[in-house]
Amino acid sequence: MLDPRLFILNAEMGFNPGSMIIQFVMFIILLAVITKFAWRPLMNVMQEREEHVANEIDTAEKNRQEAERLMNEAQDELQGTRQNAQKIIEDAKETAKSEQQTMIAEAKDEAQRIKDNARQEIEQEKERAVQALQEQVGTLSVQIASKVIEKELTVDEQQKLINEYLEQVGENK
Amino acid sequence: MDHSSPTIENVFGIGWLDFNLSNIIMTFVASLIVFIIAVIGSRNLQRKPTGFQNFMEWIVDFVKGMISSTMDWKTGRRFLPLGLTLLMYIFIANILGIMFMVVYDGELWWKSPTADPGVTLTLAVMVVALTHYYGVRLKGTKGYIKEFFSPIPILFPLKIIEEFANTLTLGMRLYGNIYAGEVLLTLLVGFMATGAMETVAGVVPALLWQGFKLFISGIQAFIFVMLTMVYMSHKVSEDH
Repeated sequence: MLDPRLFILNAEMGFNPGSMIIQFVMFIILLAVITKFAWRPLMNVMQEREEHVANEIDTAEKNRQEAERLMNEAQDELQGTRQNAQKIIEDAKETAKSEQQTMIAEAKDEAQRIKDNARQEIEQEKERAVQALQEQVGTLSVQIASKVIEKELTVDEQQKLINEYLEQVGENK
Repeated sequence: MDHSSPTIENVFGIGWLDFNLSNIIMTFVASLIVFIIAVIGSRNLQRKPTGFQNFMEWIVDFVKGMISSTMDWKTGRRFLPLGLTLLMYIFIANILGIMFMVVYDGELWWKSPTADPGVTLTLAVMVVALTHYYGVRLKGTKGYIKEFFSPIPILFPLKIIEEFANTLTLGMRLYGNIYAGEVLLTLLVGFMATGAMETVAGVVPALLWQGFKLFISGIQAFIFVMLTMVYMSHKVSEDH
């Protein structure tokens, strides 16, 4: 069975102002000391970490933006370079084409010139030949005439003369 | 449980100045334990916390959450050390009585200091006094007094009563919970002490009750700090 004394619960309660004052003072001292030695440093460290993390995040963000900027710059530069290269190639093509045309024109001119020259020369040669021919024809006519005049010929003599000429021609050959 | 408190009365011949030595010793022990835990926990602080520091930071964050839920953090940050100290102090004080109680020469020496209404009411009065102090400091005397007449002046008497009621309930709630726990624990242990059969029968309930009391200790410490912050926010926040 339960001891009946158990039910008499700490009957003497009462407030003890002295101990209350001491407890109050003790709590205030505890609050002050613990704040100085524990909470303050702890909060400082947490604060510092918070700031550190915030800083790191800021730095990361800044770095990211910087990287993005640089990347865009590089992209632009690449684009520019590409365009430049394209332009250079096109320029070169154009230059080549114009050069080609120039060369063709020059060649045509040259050909034309050579042709003209040749034609002129031919013309000159022809003239010269005609002249020479005319001269020879003259001489030959004179010779023929003189030959004709040289002899009144009989048939025999004619035959003789023909043979003579043929012989001469044969000898001349 | 017919033991009394080890009291010294009428010190220095002053009629009302009584000292309850048990309370003094136990509050001192509680303060000492809190102090040691806090100092060990915040020793060797690092930016990358390890071990005990994690635990301490968890407590700090816990109290921070409590304060943030009742008021603006910019106003509330100054109450963080108070909340932390109260939480740990009350929790340690509550569980001091779970482990054992020491009765010597018919006088109860070792118990939870919070199982004494004087101790809890002292804390409650201190808290409420602090709310008034910060109310005046943060809102000015005018704003502080105006608070008593808003939203309508007729509530003024109720507001006055509320202050006393707050103080009383804050202290008595803690005292009642812890004292009831100790009474039941004492009863169980007393029951177990009456015989072998009773000892066997009482082990499980006693263990259960100790566990439950541990739970109550935590809850009561939490409630005390939470209410402290609620009362504080009533006094210091601009709108409510």
